[in-house]
Amino acid sequence: MGANIYRNKKPALVFLLPAFLFMVLFLYYPFFKNILNSFMEIKRLGIAGTEFNTPWYSNYTQMFQDQNVWTSVKNTIVMMVVTLVGQVGIAIVLALMVDNIGRGKQFFRTVFFFPIVISATALGLMFNLIFLYDKGMVNQMLEALGKQNLTDWKAEGIALFTMMLPVMWQYVGFYFVILVTGLNNISEELYEAARIDGATTLQRVRYISVPLLHNVICTCSVLAVTGALKVFDLPWVMFPKGMPLKTTFLTGTYMYYQTMETKNVDYGAALAVLIVVLGIVLSKVVNAIFREKDY
Amino acid sequence: MKDMTKMKKNPAGIIIVYLFLVFWALTTIYPILWVLQNSFKAKDKILGNSFALPFGELFTMANYRKAFETTDILGSYKSSLFISTMVALLVVLLAGMGAYALARYKFFGSGLIHSLVVGAMMFPAFATVISVFQMEFRWGIANTGNWFLNMLSVILPQVAGNLAFAMVVLMGYIKGLPIELEEAAYMEGCNVFQIYFKVIMPLTKPSFATVAIFSFLWSYNDLFTQSFFLRRPDMYSITMMLNSISAKEGTDYGMMAAVVALIIVPVIIVYCFLQKYIIKGMTAGAVKG
Repeated sequence: MGANIYRNKKPALVFLLPAFLFMVLFLYYPFFKNILNSFMEIKRLGIAGTEFNTPWYSNYTQMFQDQNVWTSVKNTIVMMVVTLVGQVGIAIVLALMVDNIGRGKQFFRTVFFFPIVISATALGLMFNLIFLYDKGMVNQMLEALGKQNLTDWKAEGIALFTMMLPVMWQYVGFYFVILVTGLNNISEELYEAARIDGATTLQRVRYISVPLLHNVICTCSVLAVTGALKVFDLPWVMFPKGMPLKTTFLTGTYMYYQTMETKNVDYGAALAVLIVVLGIVLSKVVNAIFREKDY
Repeated sequence: MKDMTKMKKNPAGIIIVYLFLVFWALTTIYPILWVLQNSFKAKDKILGNSFALPFGELFTMANYRKAFETTDILGSYKSSLFISTMVALLVVLLAGMGAYALARYKFFGSGLIHSLVVGAMMFPAFATVISVFQMEFRWGIANTGNWFLNMLSVILPQVAGNLAFAMVVLMGYIKGLPIELEEAAYMEGCNVFQIYFKVIMPLTKPSFATVAIFSFLWSYNDLFTQSFFLRRPDMYSITMMLNSISAKEGTDYGMMAAVVALIIVPVIIVYCFLQKYIIKGMTAGAVKG
């Protein structure tokens, strides 16, 4: 019966065409053009390349010799581990705790989530102030606690930590909300039955909450890993151009650096291809590790 | 009832749990309060006592005055609000119609188009931005002196970037609507376009709100795409203005704090009123899996 309305297929074209054209023109076409760009010689952003590089794959051979590429890939993988363990890990703990308290659930939900709403650029400026060598918030706190010499949070060695901490911190609330929603979907009767059988709170968490949350945790893990590849704003604001000494590049910030700062546009395009390949490979790996289960 | 069954436990554990939760809440609240209170202090006073509240002699509005003098904050707000509103509107309009067609029509190739939409969610902005810039530069809309065209050059790729996700969310919702309503409207003599605008759209409102909020915030907070298309200082959006000011005036801590406050506080106020919808909007795709 419903099919009657939709037997004439022509209106579907009118509905679908604008969105479809948009996607082809601004996603699919540029995506393949970008692969082509990575083989061309492009000296200025906006000007299309006319000649191929000699040899045409030279950007890719250069990539293997470029020390910064290895640094940025390594940093990105570290970032993934940090987001996975830090964001999802902390979020699980917070979610299980909030699920077991009486008052203040709504308050914690609101407060934990709100860093996500603020732009990473503004947070980057804020953390620049917080981690200032000369009397930033952290150093003043440490001083008040009796620490003698100040830490330069942006020095080599510790810079990566200073960069990843805010990125991790910002998105904990995101996974927290997803996990709390998952916990709310668990039937109250299960907890009731366990309570009658004399299970303690910890036992209920261990044998009911955590196993039933397995699939939600998998979703979060996949999101955290793929999200780590897209991080750009906050690292770029806190550590522009990979400073200090180009040690803090991520794949995204290095691609931007090559395209916009050194004007090596075709190399930037090649790095973008690398990001895509990394993304595909890593999400396959993560999907294999965190396969969803049916209970 | 739920709370009753769960609250029977030892008080020590409860205290530890609350301590931990309050600690994390402090890490999200206090940094912003710290920036706020220091935005009202003179540059040289911050260094001495950044934890003191800005009362009496410490209080000054100089940072805010300088922020308005050295940056075009209102202009940046105008650019950002225009871009993000247009992005949200266009995404809702285009994605809504596309999602309706894909949810209700079965035609040759509809499966393929569905896969193309899902696939489009995977493209990172890094992989398309250079080619999009080339294309728009050829059209004459990127990097021009015309304010409107320059805004358009950001709006278009940002719409494309949100479209696929929006369509997937809306499709799921529209598929769940009872088809009987559409049949009834059809019986009354509505054509498909009337059915869409008079039956489907009103029913899909909650999902449209989700999509609009997501697209708006994503566009509003984005630095990467905007830094390609909005390089003229007189056309800076908020994120671009922040980025440039941190490079230029990075040592004037008082003013930096004032600028951060001017950007963050309006967002916090909006968040307080709309938090239910915002949280739902931002996590919608994830919960669906």
